[in-house]
Amino acid sequence: MSGTTKPYMNPYFAGIGLGLVLLGSYVIMGRGLGASGAFTSVVAVGVQSLAPAHAQSSEFYKEYLPANSNPLKDWLVFEVAGVIVGGLISGSLAGRMKRVVDRGPNATPNMRFTYAFFGGALMGFGSKLARGCTSGQALTGGAVLSVGSWTFMIAVFAGAYAVAYFVRRQWT
Amino acid sequence: MTAPFYRYGLFGDDTSLVFAFVIGLGFGFFLERAGFGSATKLASQFYGRDLTVFKVMFTAIVTAMLGLFWLGWLGVLDLSRVLVLPTYFTPQLIGGLIFGVGFVSGGYCPGTCAVAAVTGKMDGWVHLAGMLAGIFIFGELFPLLANFYSSDPMGAATLDQVLHVPYGVTVFLVVVLALAGFLAAERIEKKLQAVH
Repeated sequence: MSGTTKPYMNPYFAGIGLGLVLLGSYVIMGRGLGASGAFTSVVAVGVQSLAPAHAQSSEFYKEYLPANSNPLKDWLVFEVAGVIVGGLISGSLAGRMKRVVDRGPNATPNMRFTYAFFGGALMGFGSKLARGCTSGQALTGGAVLSVGSWTFMIAVFAGAYAVAYFVRRQWT
Repeated sequence: MTAPFYRYGLFGDDTSLVFAFVIGLGFGFFLERAGFGSATKLASQFYGRDLTVFKVMFTAIVTAMLGLFWLGWLGVLDLSRVLVLPTYFTPQLIGGLIFGVGFVSGGYCPGTCAVAAVTGKMDGWVHLAGMLAGIFIFGELFPLLANFYSSDPMGAATLDQVLHVPYGVTVFLVVVLALAGFLAAERIEKKLQAVH
C-alpha cells in the first residue's frame, strides 16, 4: 500500500449501493441479507464437534445442523464469506488495510478490547433473541416493512443511545 | 420470466450458493466503502458527531423498499414469494435493546465486525470472538429462554397490515420519514461541527 488512505464514500451513495445489493438478493433469491445466522452455524458446528450428543439434543443447535448435508454448506455462510472478501477488496483498493486497534486517542488497547468482547457478547445474545441482526432484521426486514424488524431497529437505536454516555471513555 | 428467480426454479441449491457469495461480495464492499469497518466511525452515530450509520441504513432500506414496490407493481417480481420473517414482538424488542447496548459498547454489528477484522482492526477480531461467545451462551441457555423466544407471535406481519394503510401509502410515508430524517441529520451534524 502506498500509505494514502482514500476518504469514505458519500453515505447516501453507499446506502444506494447497499440497497441495490439487497434488492438484487430479493429478486434473485426471494430473501434478503444476513450475518448473525452464519456465525450461529459456526457456533453450532463447534459445539457439534466437541459434544455431538449435546448438540443433537438441543432444539437451538439442531436448527443449524441439517442431517443430510454439511452444515457449513449454507446460504448465509457463503454470503458472509462473500462479505469478508468484499470488505477485503474495498479496504485494499482504498488503502485502508492497517493493523490497528480502533479506539479514542485516550483509550488503551486493553480497555477497547474489554468493551469489544463484552459488547460483542451482548450483541451475539441479542441477535439470537431477536432472530437476526442489523443485516437480517433491520435492513432486510425493514425493506419489506416487517413489524418485528422495525421494532428491533428502533430498539437498537434506543438501547445504544441510552448507554452511550456510560461507555464513552473508549472513544475519547 | 418472473422473479424471485430461485423461488421460480430457475436454478438449484448449489447455484444459489454462488449467488450467495456474489451478493455477499457486494454487501461487504459497500459496508467497507461506507466506513463501517471502523468502530470509531460507527460509534460516532450515538454521540451525534457523525450520523453516517443512520444515513446509510435508511438510504439502503428506502432504495430496496422502492425497488420491491415498483418491481411488484410492474409485475416483474412476485411479492407473495418474497420472504417476510415472522414477528415475535417482545423478544425482538428486548433483543434489540440488548443488541443496541452491545453495539455502542462493542463498536460493531455482526457483519461489520467481520469486515473490520479482515481489514486489520484487532478490536474487530475481539468483538467477533465475543459475539461467538454470546451466541454460545444463548444456545446453552436456550431451554430456559425457549418460551420467551416464541412469545407474542404475530406471523409475517407488516406495517401496512398493522396500521391498516395501503402498501403504497406506507411506502410513501417511510420515504417522507426518511427524507425528514436526512434533513435533520445534516442539520445536527452542522450544528455540532460548529460547536467544536
